[in-house]
Amino acid sequence: MHAAISIQGVTHRYGARVAVNDLSLEVAAGEVFAFLGPNGSGKTTLFRLLSTLIPLQRGAAAVLGCDLSRNVAAARRAMGVVFQSPSVDKKLTVAENLQYHGRLYGLAAAELASRRDELLAAVGLADRAGDRVETLSGGMRRRVELAKCMLHRPRLLLLDEPSTGLDPGARSDLWHYLSRLRQQDGTTIVLTTHLLDEADRADRIAIMHRGALAALGAPDELRREVGGDAITIETDRPGELATAISDRFGVQPAVVDGAVRLEQPEGHQWIPRLVEAFPADVRTITLGKPTLEDVFIARTGHRFFGGPNDSRENAQESQEE
Amino acid sequence: MDAEVAVATASSWPAILALAQRELVRFFRQRNRVFGALGQPIIFWLLFSEGFRGQQFDYAYFFPGTLVMILLFTAIFATITVIEDRNEGFLQAVLVSPAPRWAMVLGKVLGGATIALLQGMLFLALGAATLGLASSPPDVAAALALMAVLAVALTALGFTIAWRMESTHGFHAVMSVFLLPMWLLSGAFFPGRQGWLGWIVTLNPLTYGVAGLRRYLRFADAAPVPGADPSLKRPVLTDALPQAATGIDALPAPAVCWIVTLAFALVMLVAAWRIAAARTSGDLK
Repeated sequence: MHAAISIQGVTHRYGARVAVNDLSLEVAAGEVFAFLGPNGSGKTTLFRLLSTLIPLQRGAAAVLGCDLSRNVAAARRAMGVVFQSPSVDKKLTVAENLQYHGRLYGLAAAELASRRDELLAAVGLADRAGDRVETLSGGMRRRVELAKCMLHRPRLLLLDEPSTGLDPGARSDLWHYLSRLRQQDGTTIVLTTHLLDEADRADRIAIMHRGALAALGAPDELRREVGGDAITIETDRPGELATAISDRFGVQPAVVDGAVRLEQPEGHQWIPRLVEAFPADVRTITLGKPTLEDVFIARTGHRFFGGPNDSRENAQESQEE
Repeated sequence: MDAEVAVATASSWPAILALAQRELVRFFRQRNRVFGALGQPIIFWLLFSEGFRGQQFDYAYFFPGTLVMILLFTAIFATITVIEDRNEGFLQAVLVSPAPRWAMVLGKVLGGATIALLQGMLFLALGAATLGLASSPPDVAAALALMAVLAVALTALGFTIAWRMESTHGFHAVMSVFLLPMWLLSGAFFPGRQGWLGWIVTLNPLTYGVAGLRRYLRFADAAPVPGADPSLKRPVLTDALPQAATGIDALPAPAVCWIVTLAFALVMLVAAWRIAAARTSGDLK
């Protein structure tokens, strides 16, 4: 069985700027896989390379065993591509959009008709089939796009920032339909996102930073590597408490935003110890898992939603791409 | 690329027809486009014909040129929608579909050319109703076939110009400094056979389309244009201008008209395919 996606030593430049830098990884068949990174991290370029919008410059990549430099046509037939800005035609009806798209993929009329009805039902738009797309909400348009891209039963669905521009309701709808489609057809799902909670829905994530891989693994696994659980103590005298904890237990708590923060594995065992040791100082004590943002900070030394450096890169990327 | 074309050739026709059909559906859903492409040439036809009345040029004289102008306008406006397709996102789905790039070009061109041909036929019907068509049925069939080839050539020309454009704004400049002069210097408006102008007219491929249509489409002399005075139709100036300058005999031979127009269409199709074939980051908006 081929890997759903295999990338080896892929580098991509826009002029002098390196957007993707010597990237190698594999996505297994059947996975939900997310490329997570802030704007300018290279994930959009990677999406364009994998979707065959732009040709490979250096390195090799294959989608479902089809080499992207030698066998583009086969790769295109094997995958479905969902764009960030929907590729639906607003002047056409929902059904017409699916119809034309199916013919682009060479589907026979009978199969196309049954597949169209099946998918419109699957994304909850059967009653809107005759409506022009321009009358639909953003969330519905994204679902039309999704149905459209599943018509030819792709074994891999590639999505670029699927939740961007959607309100939370439409977002969870989209994921609901996405997981339903996945259960029906066993499709591999690969997405790019800059949203931490969206990446959290993936089986595995690749964290991108400046065109390179900063981390790769299951979200829980990555969070575990950061240093276990985060214990946050709200107190009136954070500085003194932090020193006291340090003296007593030999650990190094930090003071963050007026609270004492301690990262330790098996965090739940620390709670009774801390409360019993400093009953007068603890106002509230909470136990939390580290977030993917903590992972990003730990791996790159940068904040996820960046400083001035990052925003300059963003401007450049949107200009050059 | 060759392997890609070979694999996809057999299965590309449904894609081509789907894209062409989409052009038609979109066109007829936007009423202003229907009237826009037809209205201006008809107004020009009326004004020129009335303005030059009393001289040698009449409604019948300006008819083939106006017909070509309708083909030109409709073809151009149909293909610059590729700019919209790109900006609205539709194009990206076509670009990553298994349909090869040449199928995308052909779909767009066939769709646009069909729209242009339909508009041209509508105007031909208007001409036949008001002037009375005197051509034989084979000549009418030949005129329609020539119109179809011209429509393909002009849509492909529009595609070639529009493919790399980011917005329709830039297109107005192309329209006024290139396309309109090309039409003016095609024998549509004045014969122009002398001096450097004559050279441009001779080198202009559109000249042969206009000439072919002028040959095939003849109108009953007796049929008066509403409000026109028949006594003014062949006035004194006829003797002043050499007959050869405006007469049918002075036009290029039918075979030349066909060869040049077919070559024009072929060259433009190849140009459109070549410009769209390269995958670059410029394919994105």
